Amino acid sequence: MKRWNRRQRVLAGLILSVTFLAVVCIAGSLCTQQALTTDLSQKNIAPGAEHIFGTDWLGRDMLMRTLKGLSLSILIGILAAAVSAVIALVLGVASATLGKTVDSVITFVIDLVMGIPHMLLLILISVAMGKGLTGVIVGVALSHWPSLARLIRAEVIQLKESPYIQISERLGKSKWYIVKKHMLPHLLPQFIVGLILLFPHAILHESSITFLGFGLSTEQPAIGIVLSESMQYLAMGRWWLALFPGIFLVATVAVFYVMGQSVRKLIDPGSVHE
Amino acid sequence: MKWSVFIAKNFGRMVLLVICVSIVTFWLMKLSPVDPLQANVGQVALGSMSQEQIEKLEDYWGVDEPPVQQYLGWAKDFIRGDMGTSLVYRQPVTEVIGEKLSNSLILMAAAWILSGILGFVMGVVAGMNQGKAIDKVIKGYCLLISSTPAFWLAMLLLMIFGVWLKIFPIGLSVPIGVEAEGVTIADRIYHAFLPALTLSITGVSNIALHTREKMIDICGSDFMLFARMRGEKGFRLFQYYGFRNVLLPGITLHFASISEIFGGSVLVEQVFSYPGLGQAAVNAGLGSDMPLLMAITIVSALFVFGGNLIANILYGVVDPRIRKGGAVK
Repeated sequence: MKRWNRRQRVLAGLILSVTFLAVVCIAGSLCTQQALTTDLSQKNIAPGAEHIFGTDWLGRDMLMRTLKGLSLSILIGILAAAVSAVIALVLGVASATLGKTVDSVITFVIDLVMGIPHMLLLILISVAMGKGLTGVIVGVALSHWPSLARLIRAEVIQLKESPYIQISERLGKSKWYIVKKHMLPHLLPQFIVGLILLFPHAILHESSITFLGFGLSTEQPAIGIVLSESMQYLAMGRWWLALFPGIFLVATVAVFYVMGQSVRKLIDPGSVHE
Repeated sequence: MKWSVFIAKNFGRMVLLVICVSIVTFWLMKLSPVDPLQANVGQVALGSMSQEQIEKLEDYWGVDEPPVQQYLGWAKDFIRGDMGTSLVYRQPVTEVIGEKLSNSLILMAAAWILSGILGFVMGVVAGMNQGKAIDKVIKGYCLLISSTPAFWLAMLLLMIFGVWLKIFPIGLSVPIGVEAEGVTIADRIYHAFLPALTLSITGVSNIALHTREKMIDICGSDFMLFARMRGEKGFRLFQYYGFRNVLLPGITLHFASISEIFGGSVLVEQVFSYPGLGQAAVNAGLGSDMPLLMAITIVSALFVFGGNLIANILYGVVDPRIRKGGAVK
């Protein structure tokens, strides 16, 4: 076999990552019924040929529960990260283009949001929204934008110095026109990479906040809930309840990271050599 | 700009930020659908009361006052040291915070220092050996660690050391059934070891990656090249040319990342049922204990902004351009 070059290797990795996520999502949304079926004659079975992840204290198959929980978490994570990224884009661009007052207000808000520890902010928002599923989504969406907004702001400030934008300004084009025609296309690649790199954080925090007991009910077994339930059986030596869902969660998050890096390498090949 | 002005400016900004945090927190708590009367008195007691009694209570808690007035009243009491009474713990909030904070501080300080040293060393080793096998191993490790939720790592360590090997206790900060005076320092360290270990492991990746990048920058500089040309290499090269340059950025970042350790401690304390500030925050959130939750938020924000303040001052020490108010990218 001919050796692949770097671009092909990155592409192959990207395709693998997307496939993994797609399989988890599709399998998860298909197996709603199996994930909830209880079978008391089959409870607490250690992993084996029939149940490769074992079963829990109600005889539910852990593989099904893991897939279901992960798919739910991935969907919530994607939704929240997308909202967060849009907030970051709007505020980042606004901060850099709309003058000094707007800039200092937005920078202040960024500092403010970053000043409250992340988990605590999630708890606060979750309580404010009444501890439901919406609280989790709104919380994750409202707490992840500051770092990306900072990045975009720095990028736009640099961009403003470039000749073609200065010329456009001298020609009397409006701010909106410059942002739309000149800045957004330039920012798009960075924005996409930033968006993908927000997913892992969103999923990590979503699983953490549900692990703590906020948000979802037991009928909607997000991965955090599955893990927090298995916590109670840890001392009894039922290690498989926590081990396999956790490994899958770590794998999902890592896959998102790898995807972000791969997309960056494809869009901006120069960054590989840094 | 003089030093005093620089510090005063940063300090003023910090005070303003803390005030804004308290406003935001208060506003979020107002948004919450939890009825303050029901939370404080209890549904059953409220149901058996007459209308007059309820009105008296409403008057006492200031339910009908406009939010601004409520906030000002709360803030005034807060500054005087009266943070209200915790509903979950049935104690004044000040006492709860004092007790939990001292537990948490041991944990977080240990983890903060340990992860700082470890991350710094890893970053330096990776940066000095950029592209080699050890660099790849450290980078892979950082990727893996930053993909691992802190609570799951805590569960994993608990499974291995607590349940399987039975070396460390499963939870709590002191042995069960021993009086407060009988608890030795060794006991405390023994109980805080696993949580601190978890926090340090998860805290490493950020600082390691940052230090690595700085180290690579330094390795690419002219003075490094010249030193290599003269035949310096190995540890001597690092000791005389790299160490001081990379130390301050590392320390500064570490001061600025206190909020992450705070967030991690919330999860880790929950898993190890370690009675610290993080666990109190979760209990307060789940039990709709507004006074405690608000107080914890403000205390933690004070720590975070304090860390940022120190980081900013350190930046000023290293780079006079920042102190003098110039724009630095």
